[in-house]
Amino acid sequence: MNEQQSNRLEKALGELKAGGRKALVIYLMAGDPDKGFTESLVPELAQAGADVVELGFPFSDPVADGPVIQAAATRAMASFRGLGDYLDLIARIRKKSSIPLVTMTYYNPIFRYGEEAFARDAVQAGLDGAIIPDLPVDEAGQWTDICGQAGLCPVLLDAPNSDEDHSRRIAAAARGFIYLVSLKGVTGTDQGLGENLAERVNRLRGFSDTPLVVGFGISTPEQARQVGAISDGVVVGSGAVSRIFSAPGPAEARRQVLDYVRALRAGLDSAV
Amino acid sequence: MSAKAEKTPTRPGYYGPYGGRFVPETLIGPLDSLDAAWRQARNDPGFWEEIAGYLCDYVGRPSPLYLARRLTEKCGGAKIYLKREDLNHTGAHKVNNTLGQVLLARRLGKNRVIAETGAGMHGVATATMAALFGLECVVYMGSKDIERQAPNVARMHMLGAEVRSVSSGSATLKDAMNEALRDWVATVDNTFYVIGSVAGPHPYPEMVRDFQRVIGEEARRQIMDKEGRLPDLLIACVGGGSNAMGLFAPFLEDSAVRIRGVEAGGEGTDTPHHAATIGKGEVGVLHGSKSYLLQEPSGQVSEAHSISAGLDYPGVGPEHSWLNDTGRVEYVSVTDAQAIDACFELSRLEGILPALESSHAIADAIRVAAAMKPTEIIVVNLSGRGDKDLNTLLKAAPDRFQGGK
Repeated sequence: MNEQQSNRLEKALGELKAGGRKALVIYLMAGDPDKGFTESLVPELAQAGADVVELGFPFSDPVADGPVIQAAATRAMASFRGLGDYLDLIARIRKKSSIPLVTMTYYNPIFRYGEEAFARDAVQAGLDGAIIPDLPVDEAGQWTDICGQAGLCPVLLDAPNSDEDHSRRIAAAARGFIYLVSLKGVTGTDQGLGENLAERVNRLRGFSDTPLVVGFGISTPEQARQVGAISDGVVVGSGAVSRIFSAPGPAEARRQVLDYVRALRAGLDSAV
Repeated sequence: MSAKAEKTPTRPGYYGPYGGRFVPETLIGPLDSLDAAWRQARNDPGFWEEIAGYLCDYVGRPSPLYLARRLTEKCGGAKIYLKREDLNHTGAHKVNNTLGQVLLARRLGKNRVIAETGAGMHGVATATMAALFGLECVVYMGSKDIERQAPNVARMHMLGAEVRSVSSGSATLKDAMNEALRDWVATVDNTFYVIGSVAGPHPYPEMVRDFQRVIGEEARRQIMDKEGRLPDLLIACVGGGSNAMGLFAPFLEDSAVRIRGVEAGGEGTDTPHHAATIGKGEVGVLHGSKSYLLQEPSGQVSEAHSISAGLDYPGVGPEHSWLNDTGRVEYVSVTDAQAIDACFELSRLEGILPALESSHAIADAIRVAAAMKPTEIIVVNLSGRGDKDLNTLLKAAPDRFQGGK
C-alpha cells in the first residue's frame, strides 16, 4: 500500500468531515478485564455511535496515563504474553467489525517487537493507526516512514505548549488524525479543558487538512459538545474505562459503557 | 553490540544510538527551555563560581582522596585510593548534582522542585537544597522504599519536603520516576524536575554528568599531587550511573587509564534477581532515553533486585551503554553477598562504613587488586556512607553483628 491510498481510519474520518459530523473515538484498555470482553464489546461500540476505537496495550510504565488507565493496565497485563497475543485479539475483532481500530501503547513494546515487523503485522491484523505517547515528533522520523510503507496511520500528539515549529512538523507527519492533548497533564485529568484549544485548532488547520481530534480530560457529553464545536472530534478514555471497572459484572459493564457512548454521541451530534 | 565509537555524542542528546528524548510531547517545550538555560549557564563562569562557592563552604569539597593502606596491604597488590564522596554534606555524591540543578531552577524562575528517590539519598539531597534556597519540594518515593528507608523519609520531612508515596507498579524507584514525570507534565510552568542520575531525557544525562564531573576532576588533581601520575584503574558502582560518570568523565580520553563500572549482581546474574542492566539487559526505552534495560521479551520492564536500594533500577544512563559498546569501560557485577563482605572488610580495616552501593565498587577493587603490581594504582569512588544501610545489614547478616568476629 502506498501513502496515497487511505485506510479505514482516514476514510471514515474524511467522510465524517465531508458530512460535517464529528468523530467519537472511544478508548478501551484491551484485555480489561479479559480478552473476551474486549472482543465482544468493540462491535457494539460501533453500533452505539463510536466512529473509531482506540485499544490500549498495557505497558508496565505508562507515564502519560492517570490513575484510571494505569490501573486498567495493571489489570490487563495478565491478558497478554506480548504484542503478538494482542494482534491476535485485533484480528478476531476485525472479523466482526469494520470500525477503524487504533492501537495505543508505549514505544518500548513496539521497539522490542521490531518497528517494521509491528507495523506490518498490525496492518495485517486489521489495525489502522497507532498512537505512541512517548514518541514525540523529534524521535518519530523512522517510525512515520515505516508506517507510511506499511499503510498504518501514525497518529501524533500535539501538546498545549508545542511551539509553532513543532506543531507544523506534527501536522506534516501525522496521518489519520492529529491528537490534540487538551491540557498539560495525564489522561483522565479532571480540570476543565485547555483555554487555548480554539487557537491551537486554528493554527493546525493552517498547516494541514488532517482531522483534529481532542483528548485528555473529556468525559461528559457536554464537554464533547463544546470540544466538537471547535474540532473534528473527541477521544474519551478514562470515562469508559472507569465504568468497566466499577460495574458489578461484565453484563452491567457492557450496558453502562454503551449507554455512556450513546450519551456522548448525542452530545457530540448537538455540536453540529 | 560492539559498534566502535567515533565520537560522542553523535548528535545532540545522543551517545551513539543511546539517549534521546522519549517523553510525551508536553515535556518537549520545557526540555527545550531547560536545555537552553543549561547551555547558557554552562558557558557562564559566574554560574560555576557560584557552584564552587557552595561546594566548598556548604558541601565540604574537595572530598579527600585517601590511600587505604590496610586494605591495600590485605589485598597484596595495587595501591587502593578511595575518593571520599561519603564525607560530603548529606553523605553521598548526590548533592553535587542537586546543588547544580537547584541553582538552575532558580535561574529559570521555578519556585517548586520535584524529585524521585529510591534509597532516599537523592530525595534528601534535593530536599536539602530546596531548604537552603527556600523552594517548595515534593519527593516521589515507592511505598516499598518508604518502608525500607524510614530514616531518610524522616530526614526529608525535617527538611520541609513533602514525600509522596507511589504504590503503582513495583512501588519502587522506577515507579517513583514515572509519577514524578506525571507530576511534571501537569506542572511544567512552575516546577523544575531534579533527576537524580545520568538518566532521563536529554539534557539530563549530560547535565548530571557535568555536575558530577567535579569528582573526577578533583581525583585527577589529587592523584597527580600524591603520586605524580594518573591511576591505572578507576572503579565505581553503576545503578543509573551518576557517581561513575562523574569519576570517569575527566579520564575518558586517557586511554592508559582502565575503567570498570560495577553493576549490582543481586542474588547472581544467573538468577532473575539482579540489577545488572548492561551485563544482562537488552536495548530499550524507559524514562525518556534509549539504553540497556532489564525487560521481558514482550518489552515490559522487569523488576530489578539489589540489596542496595540505590542500585535497584532496571535502567542505566545512556552514556554508560555507549561506553560499554565502544569498549572504553568494562562493566562487571558484584553480588549482594560480595558487597556485604566488602562492606564489613572496609569497616574493619579502615574504620569506614561504606554505603552498600559503594561496597560493590570496593568488592571489585578487592577482587582485582591482588593480581595487580604494588606500583599500580586504583581509584575507587566511595560514593556514599553506610549509616543508612544499618537496618538492611542487620537483617541480611545478623550473625556479623556479634562483635569482634
